[in-house]
Amino acid sequence: MPWNPDLVQEIADAHKHEDGALLPILHALNDRFGYVDARAVPLIADVLNLSRAEVHGVVSFYHDFREAPAGKVVVKVCRAEACQSMGAMGLIEQLCGRHGVSLGDTSAAGVTIEPVYCLGNCACAPAAMVNDRLHGRLDAERLDSIIAEAQS
Amino acid sequence: MTVTVYVPADSAAQSVGAEETAAAILKEAAARGLDLKLVRNGSRGLFWLEPLVEVMTTAGRVAYGPVMATDVPGLMDALAVAGDHPLCHGPTEDIPYLKNQERLTFARIGVIDPLALDDYEAHGGLSGLRKALIMDPETVCEEVTESGLRGRGGAGFPAGIKWKTVQGLSAPQKYVCCNADEGDSGTFADRMVMEGDPFMLIEGMIIAGLASGATEGYVYIRSEYPRAVAQMEAAAAVMEKAGWLGGSVGGSGRAFRLHVRKGAGAYICGEESSMLESLEGKRGTVRAKPPIPAIAGLFGKPTVINNVLTLASVPIILAKGASFYRDFGMGRSRGTQPFQIAGNVKRGGLVEKAFGVTLRELIEDFGGGTASGRPFRTAQLGGPLGAYVSEDMLDLPADYEALADAQAMLGHGGIVVFDETADMAEMARFAFEFCEIESCGKCTPCRIGAIRGRETVEKVLRGENVAQNIALVEDLCELMRDGSLCAMGGLTPMPVLSAIRLFPEDFDRAPRLAAE
Repeated sequence: MPWNPDLVQEIADAHKHEDGALLPILHALNDRFGYVDARAVPLIADVLNLSRAEVHGVVSFYHDFREAPAGKVVVKVCRAEACQSMGAMGLIEQLCGRHGVSLGDTSAAGVTIEPVYCLGNCACAPAAMVNDRLHGRLDAERLDSIIAEAQS
Repeated sequence: MTVTVYVPADSAAQSVGAEETAAAILKEAAARGLDLKLVRNGSRGLFWLEPLVEVMTTAGRVAYGPVMATDVPGLMDALAVAGDHPLCHGPTEDIPYLKNQERLTFARIGVIDPLALDDYEAHGGLSGLRKALIMDPETVCEEVTESGLRGRGGAGFPAGIKWKTVQGLSAPQKYVCCNADEGDSGTFADRMVMEGDPFMLIEGMIIAGLASGATEGYVYIRSEYPRAVAQMEAAAAVMEKAGWLGGSVGGSGRAFRLHVRKGAGAYICGEESSMLESLEGKRGTVRAKPPIPAIAGLFGKPTVINNVLTLASVPIILAKGASFYRDFGMGRSRGTQPFQIAGNVKRGGLVEKAFGVTLRELIEDFGGGTASGRPFRTAQLGGPLGAYVSEDMLDLPADYEALADAQAMLGHGGIVVFDETADMAEMARFAFEFCEIESCGKCTPCRIGAIRGRETVEKVLRGENVAQNIALVEDLCELMRDGSLCAMGGLTPMPVLSAIRLFPEDFDRAPRLAAE
């Protein structure tokens, strides 16, 4: 969704009465726009009576809040120990090679490949989350077909 | 006659095809005109058999697995009559993996429909809360203390004593916070509870509220668990509608409200004071202690903070009494622990056993050894900040003290198995790298130590001044352990030092480098 200050205002107002409202607001923006636009920071700061630095500090602290929209397909591949024990590092290398990106980047075809540290699927390793859907017992071939399906 | 079939909607089961299997069963049943009722339960925790399909018979449930969607057409005849089939494992409860467990906290998980309150009550739910409602708060705290329940998040602090501290303080507002930021690799028990039996966790939180005098509860769930967030929100709505949450819990006139909050991808927020900061809408940085959260916690108010498994153990303690629970376990580790067997293991899953079970029983008898079939090399216990153990340590009993004596820790009960291909120097490097990525940055030993540690292990990996650099790493570890504000920097030395101590051959890179 394109930048829309009125919607940011509306979302911030809807949450402002909650205790500790900043994370719920940022999540809502992230969900709605796909990222947290830097232009939203002063608006939120104003609603919550915080400094811009405080809001920016929170946005930049958490891995979830994006500064720019991700690709159409977001692949979060687990590189924590349990998945490593089942060959995750090799799987990730292959995956990045196939899409011509380094970990954390988005390919020209709109596939974002990001690291994640545990998806709670450690008995079905290696695991990845593709557009919020969890997948386990992955190999390169299965992961490719899941990504291809998500792209179509 | 209606045939009742169970297909888990647990996200791990879904990750290996449970949704497709469920859809195929419905489609096949419709094509055959079969009167079939599909129940979406949680997972039994036998993950190598997922998707595990069960069918109800007069003699209990019969299990089939792993059932992929493509298996369904060929399975349907057997499924309709609970008959024999190559994928059949007989009565679910008789599968040795399940039969040899002592399931108290996990008794209902995989059995009931997680969002059906009547199903929950029919399986013993709410009886603990009903008892707590007619007891005075001090007695509830005493009961929990008596049970010997210790914090299942990893620190192992007696839960009843924490509650009693909050109960004894007078404040205009107190809180119960459930730490559901289960970020340790190799652990998934919290996720299974929230997805498979969310009412149990809510019941535990309400009891904690009644005992401590807190009227507001927060459950802080990591964002990597979207299904757990959705289940908890749905379960809270059901409990509220039924009058168990809100202004008058069960008509008692005492209030308890629950808020479900989502983390934002920061491992450090599993540390309790960072979690509080995050709940308050701030950067998830660690607070210096004292004051402890029981005295000045969320928004500066007295706060009970417990892990999911701790709070989920409370209903049965109240329902069946402290001594029932205390009779399980050994030494000072009382009750049961949901162990999570993961990584390179043949039969990965959830094993709830009384404390005292040996690591070998868990990894070999339950787990069946490595998935790859190669020899066992090591297991990491208690997550990314826990120690690696060697094969000759596997006869250690899994309890807090025995593992601590062996320079390891139980943590949240996760066991990650590695086969002989594991490169322990690389795992030591990764431990520092993980700390570097996830450090909150507040204290120097953790923020800078992690980077210097990674760089120094990388020198070892390149074969540069190996002995001196290992000595440097050991010295750095001592500083991080003693000087860090919290367990992130304080325990990163655990995996590093255990790898150096138990697998010194992996740090001698000369042979490998010569071979390349």
